[in-house]
Amino acid sequence: MSWGESRTITLTVNGTSYTREVEVRFHLADVLRHELGLTGTHLGCEHGVCGACTVLINGRSARSCLMLAVQADGAEITTIEGIADIDGPHAGGLHPLQEAFREFHGLQCGFCTPGMLTTLIELLRDNPAPTEEEVRIAISGNLCRCTGYQGIVDAALATAKNLREATAPA
Amino acid sequence: MTGQIGARHPRLEDGPLLRGLGRFLDDIPAPGALHAAFVRSPHPNAAIERIDPSAALALPGVRAVVTLDDLRPHLARTRMPLGFRSSKLPPTVTASVLADGEVAFVGQAIAIVLAETRHLAEDGVAAVSIDYTTRPALVDCRDALLPNPPMVRADHPHAVVARFALGYGDTDAAFANAACVVHENLFQHRGGAHPIEPRGILARYDHAEENLSVWSSTQMPHELFYMACEVLGLDENRLKLATPEVGGGFGAKYAVYPEELAIIATARMLRREVKWVEDRREHFIGSIQERDQYWDVSLALDADGRIRGLRGSLIHDQGAYTMQDVNVAYNAGTAVAGPYLVPAFHLDIVAVQTNKTPVLTVRGAGYPQACFTMERLMDAAAARLGMDRAALRRHNLVPPEKMPYEKPLKARSGAPIWYDCGDYPACQDELLEAADWNGFAARQQVARAAGKYRGIGIAHGVKGTGRGPFESALVRVMPSGRVSVFTGAAVMGQGLATALAQVCADQLGVSPEKISVIAGDTRTITLGLGGFGSRQLVMAGSSVQLAAKAVAVKLRKMASHMIEADENDLVLTDGFVHVIGTPPAAGKTIGDIANVLRGSPGAGLPADIEPGSDAHVNFRSDQLAYANVCHIAEVEVDPETGGVDIIAYTAMQDSGVLINPLIVDGQVHGSIAHGIGNALFEWMGYDADGQPVTTNLADYLLAGATDVPRMRTLYRQTPSPLNPLGAKGVGEVSTVPVAAAIISAIEHALAPFGAHLAQAPISPAQILATLQAGGAAHGPA
Amino acid sequence: MKPPAFSYHDPATLAEAVALVATLDNARVLSGGQSLMPMLNMRYVLPDHLIDLRRISELAHIRQSGGDIEIGGMTRQRDIEYSDLIAAKLPLLHEAIHWVGHRQTRNRGTIGGSLCHLDPAAEMVATVVAFDATLIAQGPSGVREIAASDWTLGYMTPSLAPDEILTGVRFTPWPDGHGAAFVEFARRHGDFAIASAAAMLTADGAGRITRAVLTIGGVGPAPVRLTEAEQGLVGQLANETAFAAAARHAAAIEAIGDALVPAEYRAHLAGVMAKRALAKAWSRIDGKGKLAA
Repeated sequence: MSWGESRTITLTVNGTSYTREVEVRFHLADVLRHELGLTGTHLGCEHGVCGACTVLINGRSARSCLMLAVQADGAEITTIEGIADIDGPHAGGLHPLQEAFREFHGLQCGFCTPGMLTTLIELLRDNPAPTEEEVRIAISGNLCRCTGYQGIVDAALATAKNLREATAPA
Repeated sequence: MTGQIGARHPRLEDGPLLRGLGRFLDDIPAPGALHAAFVRSPHPNAAIERIDPSAALALPGVRAVVTLDDLRPHLARTRMPLGFRSSKLPPTVTASVLADGEVAFVGQAIAIVLAETRHLAEDGVAAVSIDYTTRPALVDCRDALLPNPPMVRADHPHAVVARFALGYGDTDAAFANAACVVHENLFQHRGGAHPIEPRGILARYDHAEENLSVWSSTQMPHELFYMACEVLGLDENRLKLATPEVGGGFGAKYAVYPEELAIIATARMLRREVKWVEDRREHFIGSIQERDQYWDVSLALDADGRIRGLRGSLIHDQGAYTMQDVNVAYNAGTAVAGPYLVPAFHLDIVAVQTNKTPVLTVRGAGYPQACFTMERLMDAAAARLGMDRAALRRHNLVPPEKMPYEKPLKARSGAPIWYDCGDYPACQDELLEAADWNGFAARQQVARAAGKYRGIGIAHGVKGTGRGPFESALVRVMPSGRVSVFTGAAVMGQGLATALAQVCADQLGVSPEKISVIAGDTRTITLGLGGFGSRQLVMAGSSVQLAAKAVAVKLRKMASHMIEADENDLVLTDGFVHVIGTPPAAGKTIGDIANVLRGSPGAGLPADIEPGSDAHVNFRSDQLAYANVCHIAEVEVDPETGGVDIIAYTAMQDSGVLINPLIVDGQVHGSIAHGIGNALFEWMGYDADGQPVTTNLADYLLAGATDVPRMRTLYRQTPSPLNPLGAKGVGEVSTVPVAAAIISAIEHALAPFGAHLAQAPISPAQILATLQAGGAAHGPA
Repeated sequence: MKPPAFSYHDPATLAEAVALVATLDNARVLSGGQSLMPMLNMRYVLPDHLIDLRRISELAHIRQSGGDIEIGGMTRQRDIEYSDLIAAKLPLLHEAIHWVGHRQTRNRGTIGGSLCHLDPAAEMVATVVAFDATLIAQGPSGVREIAASDWTLGYMTPSLAPDEILTGVRFTPWPDGHGAAFVEFARRHGDFAIASAAAMLTADGAGRITRAVLTIGGVGPAPVRLTEAEQGLVGQLANETAFAAAARHAAAIEAIGDALVPAEYRAHLAGVMAKRALAKAWSRIDGKGKLAA
């Protein structure tokens, strides 16, 4: 049931195509969460500061609260639910970054985690050998109240190192 | 599986959270729910003359607008009960479930708009018309003590909520003839709690059973359950209450709020499912904060630096309503002398009402302000006496030979403040070594040569943890061989499930992965206090350990009949009960034993066997386990901008026996980041009229990844005698000394300019102002 | 915090977009959305129509024409950040773009959106002013070029007619080897600057300044070009005294103050940032003489 001006849009989320009629005033996060049931993307502020709602849109990180769903029509979107499948399948069923978050205690309550993971996936793709400062700057738009960021930074640095070693020529 | 205590076990909680499969409040499917949005007061102080919902009700998709008058017939009482039933405050200090004829802060909930989507509900909020008669607001808490202050509200027209004195010893004698007396006027403010997940509640009316199922993002599910039953006049069997994943609490969810009861009452009245998810702007104005405190304090010392006495006064901003008690002010007052020997102490405390959002405990709960007060005095005394700041502190720390050490003050429980154990000087010694305190002068010179002003600061904290009176745990071995742990503690992101599983696994000889922890669900356990006061591992962990131990006894006794062995020869390993020295698989699985213990129709049980494979323990303690902490911060300050860079941060903590050091590190790191916010960033501002001025995360600043340095953590583990685990709390303890250490370091860096810093938080502009004034900045502006 | 109801339009061509802005009442143009969307979520703006430019591909480009560089209004800040051409030819813009928000907002935010939103602290506006760039607007009757100095009419008010759309901005690069620096002070990384300074300098072989630009952002209601300070610098030996004299002009700007940042602090920071930007720009000049004592 639609209560205002609506449009039919098609989104490809984590490799699955969805066609839905959505209200034009719905931001992307609301549609991912409540129309598609992908509730792993979280809303922490809805004004573009906390970063919890970050997803990858055509490979680039973006705040899904700062984008109308209709603006994403035709886009390829990756959410936290799809991260395990990136460059996968992976042993253990988790992406190496997710494994590292577990190993280095990069999450506590888990509410900021979707934004941290998507942002760092993009960083590691752009910059396979980031410095600690570069990691911190990359997630400077993602707030975490639990971890003090250290476990997250360590997880990112360890993942970068592991991925470099895994792809290094023998 | 023994050897679990102290293991850096990765968390059991992580898998679903990392896959995006955690289920937080707003993730619970509720396709038929009405979405609630609150009409909130735009005024800090006003009488409500008329509420006209007609324009809102005419909007598409808006189903109802609910006011207190609508709810009144469905409530046993309209005013919120005080959260602490032991409080002596008059009942009128609390708010009503929805505004009752007046509003006393910007953000107070007046009415609920219910609509088919949250968007439509917000459309409705904008269309509800309310006539107000505005009144002058009391904004600055100091104004409450002036003659004829503005009336905060008509239904409790008393500026002062509580006035009391704490103390012992003869302070007059201590100050008379003291060789050294230092005095400080301090402003402190800690801001909001700001879990990244705001609050929220879902209330589902079940027509078949005529009962309510409620999920709330809360730190105290049982308190919400019982209070909802009381206020709604509900038969306790008609309400089920559970917590989903909770995206952090930090104190914001350590209270039952009017909104929660209003939503439950509305769902019952409308016989509909109703969902409310707090948005960030609502969190800024509707969720509790720790705001202004003004301290006027003096410390008297002997010429050799021995403390003689401490005295002063504290004015505390309590906000418009009191939700539990004046606990923040009480904690701060009783904790101010901290880890030091202070022979005489007197503090006059006054907590006053203001036309601002209610004040309640944020992570640390008054202890950080106490610490900042004491440590500012210690720095001032060291400067006056020409002593090294660390040496002066060490000179006055409670020495290990005086442990346990009783302060002649009482905790809220009425029990004495009794430091159970710890070696504070040894903690400091190890920390100084780790942070190379003695090598600082050389580092400072190098920095100065590069044009940078570097400083170092130290602060000690002590915090009561493991607050009682008890916590519940029920441990049950299932026929599947899995173990269920039910507890009234609240899971809110710290890794409690993993830690409890480790404690349980250690007793039952299974791996932690075999253990399910079900926390904060009133259907599974009837008593519980929840998550606050760095208590859960201490209290629930002790209950789990005792219950698991009792279950192990039951299993061994039953197994002794099944495998014909003496129960004293039986051990639990890898899910089996077996004769010691034999392979585990030669025994019986705990699942098989549980299957016998659950009974079979008509089948007899051995005479000495008590049915069931479970045990329920409410471990109780009125004594707080006192954890101690000492931090050293090293900073560089840019004297042209006032910018502060934290170069190094080293933390020493004694939280007794650590169950999972990985989780403990995470708690300490997060706690320090929160403290950095309190030192440098977090300020919930109001203008002179009582309008909040920092209602978004661009104006109200939380420390980000580039603001928090790499932290080094050190631990000593002195087992607490107060609980079977020997544990003390962690989560809040490390927040206590952070602002004190950082601001000490900033002042030290700017010593060449004669800086004197007397507030937390302090902004770059305020730091510069102190330099330009050549003295202290003061006040929140 | 959900957006109010509005009608959504996503024209495929610039002509359609111009027709829409010319005819619809109470319409807002949506480009990157990184400022407009929070304002919508908070209901600070209540437009009846949103006109989304995302489908107009001709508005997203970075290209060289003659000696100039033209950037389309819908060019994402991220594409400017990663452009080798911008890094080589417009080092001031290259440095400034890194100060704009965060990675996630630069991925969506556009240069045109930032120029039209006109936040006093916007790095893009300060940079355009420093270059004296030319803004290009399309209206029903054709193209209009607007000098950067004429772009700001007042606080957050661009010189754009209700029926016009900003289609791009044209920069004239400074000669190779010039020194450029964009510095700012914010409470945290990615926050709006309390004060920023953009400086460009050229010098002769004797260490004398031959051309100077100094712009301050975040302090006044819009970024300020300090022409008097610039004139004072030209012909001077580059040294701390000269930079400090220029910085005094910055500190004299009538600063805006609010509950969070006092005006006098902003003004003070303007001076500090000006001095630092000039020194940094100077340090980056190729083949300059030594900094005079």
